[in-house]
Amino acid sequence: MQITSPSFKENAREALDDEQLQRAMRHVRGNFVGRRQAAIDALPEFEELRDNARAIKDHVLGHLDLYLEAYERKVEEAGGTVHWAETAADARGIVLDICRMNNARTVTKGKSMMTEEIELNDFLEASGIRPVETDLGEYIIQLRGEHPSHITAPAVHLNKDQVESDFRRAHTDLPADRDLSEPVQLLSEARQVLRQKYFEADVGITGANFLVAETGSSIIVTNEGNGDLTQTLPRVHIVIASIEKIVPTLDDAAQIVRVLARSATGQDMTAYTTVSTGPRRANDLDGPQDYHVILLDNGRTSLLGTEFQDMLRCIRCGACMNHCPVYHTIGGHAYGWVYPGPIGAVLTPALIGIDKAGHLPNASTFCGRCEAVCPMRIPLPKMMRHWREREFERGLNPKVARYGLKFWAWFAKRPSIYRFVTYLAMPLIGVMGGPRRRFRFLPFALGWVKYRDLPAPEGRTFLQQWRDRQTLNQDARA
Amino acid sequence: MSGRDAILSRIRNAVNASDDEDDPRRVAVSARLDFPPRGVIPARGQLGHDGRIELFSKMAEKAAATVDHAASAADVPALVSAYLRKRNLGARLRMGSDRRLRAIPWVDERTLQVMIGPTEGSDEVTVSHALGAIAETGTLALASGRDNPTTLNLLSEHHIVVVDAADIAGDMETVLDSLREGYGKGHMPRTLNFITGPSRSGDIEQTLLLGAHGPRALHVIVVGGKGG
Ligand code: SF4
Repeated sequence: MQITSPSFKENAREALDDEQLQRAMRHVRGNFVGRRQAAIDALPEFEELRDNARAIKDHVLGHLDLYLEAYERKVEEAGGTVHWAETAADARGIVLDICRMNNARTVTKGKSMMTEEIELNDFLEASGIRPVETDLGEYIIQLRGEHPSHITAPAVHLNKDQVESDFRRAHTDLPADRDLSEPVQLLSEARQVLRQKYFEADVGITGANFLVAETGSSIIVTNEGNGDLTQTLPRVHIVIASIEKIVPTLDDAAQIVRVLARSATGQDMTAYTTVSTGPRRANDLDGPQDYHVILLDNGRTSLLGTEFQDMLRCIRCGACMNHCPVYHTIGGHAYGWVYPGPIGAVLTPALIGIDKAGHLPNASTFCGRCEAVCPMRIPLPKMMRHWREREFERGLNPKVARYGLKFWAWFAKRPSIYRFVTYLAMPLIGVMGGPRRRFRFLPFALGWVKYRDLPAPEGRTFLQQWRDRQTLNQDARA
Repeated sequence: MSGRDAILSRIRNAVNASDDEDDPRRVAVSARLDFPPRGVIPARGQLGHDGRIELFSKMAEKAAATVDHAASAADVPALVSAYLRKRNLGARLRMGSDRRLRAIPWVDERTLQVMIGPTEGSDEVTVSHALGAIAETGTLALASGRDNPTTLNLLSEHHIVVVDAADIAGDMETVLDSLREGYGKGHMPRTLNFITGPSRSGDIEQTLLLGAHGPRALHVIVVGGKGG
């Protein structure tokens, strides 16, 4: 996947002019927010569960080495195999070895952001193995040669009519005059086309929402049932998960499941929460013969013990982007890599470098909604600020921004001059705003005023008003 | 150095681990694994026997499942027949060899044809017996094995699940405890399916549609009823 984060500004501009995208993004604003709120209002213990979910993950991160070892022992006890991968390339190599050992030609896939992160599909294709995405959203974007624009709803940037024309283009063996005007017809067609693929596949690959140290189990939380078919029907099941997916016990998983579904889709539980432990047993009549887990680091350990460690609590629910005004406006692709929205603004610089992803933590109004809704209480705005600091320290910001900040800092550190200058300047700028008392043009801020006006200051400065208020309060008390 | 050692040693450096056998970190980890602490249990499901059955039915229906109640196992075949007739479905059922399913007098309904074993996808209606259920969320718990092969939960159009009223717990944690009892602490069936309603997708314009890749309909029959 080509990284386009460095051209975030151009990407965003294109997104604003993209009518199809703007139409599709309205569904995000309209649906996710209300559904989540309704589910949370119906559960008085939600905040307490959030606190506990955070505590569980913090505990895991402080004991990660020990839980990983305990988990590995249990997987092996249950007849599974654990592989460790430091990098994306290592993980791809392990998948390929397993596929080759099984003479695999087709691989079905459940929805997995980890396989996006390691760009598994391109790699498999280049190695002569056909990857088939089975989640409806992932299937649609695979037909289009695109990448997910959302971590739980990968095709959220598309409208129904676009999906219809993709299906007509791809499913040429079906009657051309069939009716596909209703979403449910599109769903049925995907169901029918993919059903066969599950049976043809030699290997099924899924991600994991949790890895349980107590039992050596992997857990997937889904709605469509495609992940279950992917891991049940082929001969081999491969789970790819990053190391921070560990939870100590089944009880701990049950706690986090309660905040996950509500935050993601507003459901109390998703349709399928599936706990898998090892390969088929003696008394099983179905299920995979081989069960492999690939534990992937890919940059996680470099966040441990730093100011970005809290990010490793993330359970990939998508609530932060569902509530982000920037994401609502530009969609996911503009962010230029795997993770969009607030989680991307923090994670992308960590995983591909702040030099490439510097725009992302800057594309925030710091409205704080992401942190307010994050079930794991990850301080996303604070971490974006850390990235802005690092970017500034390394001199990566444009000159105008650097000098502007220095200029402002010089005044801010000299309160009497600051007060005097603003006292003189505010009425003047107020007048310059004209009769509408707004600026439609500002030197050095053309991009900002292009999409909105800046209100001209009205009357007195903040410090003047503050002083008056203090005096008033004192009078009131006296 | 292997990938495993490299990853573990980076973690150990970051968390200031020590090799000491009685390192408090080790003690904390084995304590948690041996005695899983109970988390926050929502009050919603903490009800008496009848209340749990009622809440389970309500929540399952909220998740778009349908629910029937049978006073005893002997009433199940008639309810299944009625379900099939109402939806114009064939009278063929596929199920595993669960002894509770076998104890149901299917022959009472002359037309019903029962086949035993996992499905390869051509069965319209499958029947499973749940090991338990969760009132809090209207969720069924099903374990893999000869008794209830996993494919029966996934590949049919209509999935009918029988559950004993006595096995409807208030919360997931109670079900997990009974699994620990049944399979031994630290052991699990190969697949444990928690199922809440039929399969669905919201991937097209965020409209929730039923019948994605799994069953289009989920029908639950609670056996034993209230006061039992
Ligand atoms: S950062 Fe928080 S809100 Fe965003 S995906 Fe992760 S857990 Fe969910």
